[in-house]
Amino acid sequence: MPGKALVITSGKGGVGKTTATANLGLGLALRGHKVALVDSDTGLRNLDVVMGLENRIVYDLVDVIEGNCRLAQALIRDKRTRNLVLLPTAQSKEKDAVKPEQMKELVKQLKEEFDYILVDSPAGIEHGFRNAVAGADEAIIVTTPEVAAVRDADRIIGLLEASGLYDPSLIVNRVRPDMVRRGDMMDITDIIDILAIPLLGVVPDDEGIIVSTNRGEPVVLNGRCRSGEAFGNIVRRLEGEEVPFLDLRGDGIFEKLKRLVGLR
Amino acid sequence: MWEFLSRLFGRENEGSKAAAKERLRLVLVHDRTSVSPYLLETLKEELLDVISKYMEIDQAGFEVNLEQGDDSMALVANIPIKEMKRALSKTKN
Ligand SMILES: Nc1ncnc2c1ncn2[C@@H]1O[C@H](COP(=O)(O)OP(=O)(O)OP(=O)(O)O)[C@@H](O)[C@H]1O
Ligand SMILES: [Mg+2]
Repeated sequence: MPGKALVITSGKGGVGKTTATANLGLGLALRGHKVALVDSDTGLRNLDVVMGLENRIVYDLVDVIEGNCRLAQALIRDKRTRNLVLLPTAQSKEKDAVKPEQMKELVKQLKEEFDYILVDSPAGIEHGFRNAVAGADEAIIVTTPEVAAVRDADRIIGLLEASGLYDPSLIVNRVRPDMVRRGDMMDITDIIDILAIPLLGVVPDDEGIIVSTNRGEPVVLNGRCRSGEAFGNIVRRLEGEEVPFLDLRGDGIFEKLKRLVGLR
Repeated sequence: MWEFLSRLFGRENEGSKAAAKERLRLVLVHDRTSVSPYLLETLKEELLDVISKYMEIDQAGFEVNLEQGDDSMALVANIPIKEMKRALSKTKN
């Protein structure tokens, strides 16, 4: 059975697509699936650094497409698990070095060997976006609880439909429970009401992500930190398991008191 | 201290979230229909021209807006009229 290709996209830049791709990919691989990560942000290569694999790159996606090497030669094996490979993109080429049909063909080839292909999309809605969605079977949209990010997510939902990708699911990243509590940040239900797509996961804003990115060790490796736990939950939901959403509100003064006196 | 107390007793003062939601709602109505505020203004002016042939409109209260219902979108116009044009009411009678 061929694998499933998921594109991780957002419209707005910097909302956490690459972070999500790295964590979901590693999470799925650690649970025994064969996973290929594809960086489609040609010219702004990031996924290799977030994964801590930047020193192993010899060939890239553009080399494969231009016929400078075989696909297998460009796949970099992860250092933590044999189940995971990364196909980096070119750093010094233009986005239009790749065409959507070529991307489609490449993802199709990967699907023959891997269970999951995760394609990290660049920000924007132009050429790079069209490449990223070209071979995808399903889409995951990443947003943050801010007006501009949600607005762009709404636009992306429309564009995905136009390319035949219906029913994307949503990850809301960088949620700040303290701000939600004092009414200064939209909460998950607000966002789901507006976008009307299913929720795949909620990831708190967490310093741990920056620390782990500094080290090139995705946070999903650390189940004790909240964002790591959140990504771990999303991985299980992707496998079809029903996992309750983290209660990010449970840090209020009452909750703390209750915990202190042993009420929960 | 007061802020702390009022929060402790659950007196929610309305944060910026309400503003975010409302602004997002409005902007999406326009995005989704690809009707720009400019286009809506033009529509409004043309409507005004047409309707003015038949009735006298109270321009200050004349409003045309897109509204998002639960699962549909509507163009909602509020058109207060001052009086029917005499010529027309005559032919009607
Ligand atoms: N939950 C989080 N908590 C704290 N920091 C985060 C979180 N998610 C992402 N970040 C940080 O935000 C920055 C942007 O993240 P990332 O590169 O994953 O976004 P992106 O959507 O891929 O950006 P681009 O559009 O440029 O490709 C990074 O510095 C990352 O470490
Ligand atoms: Mg990125």
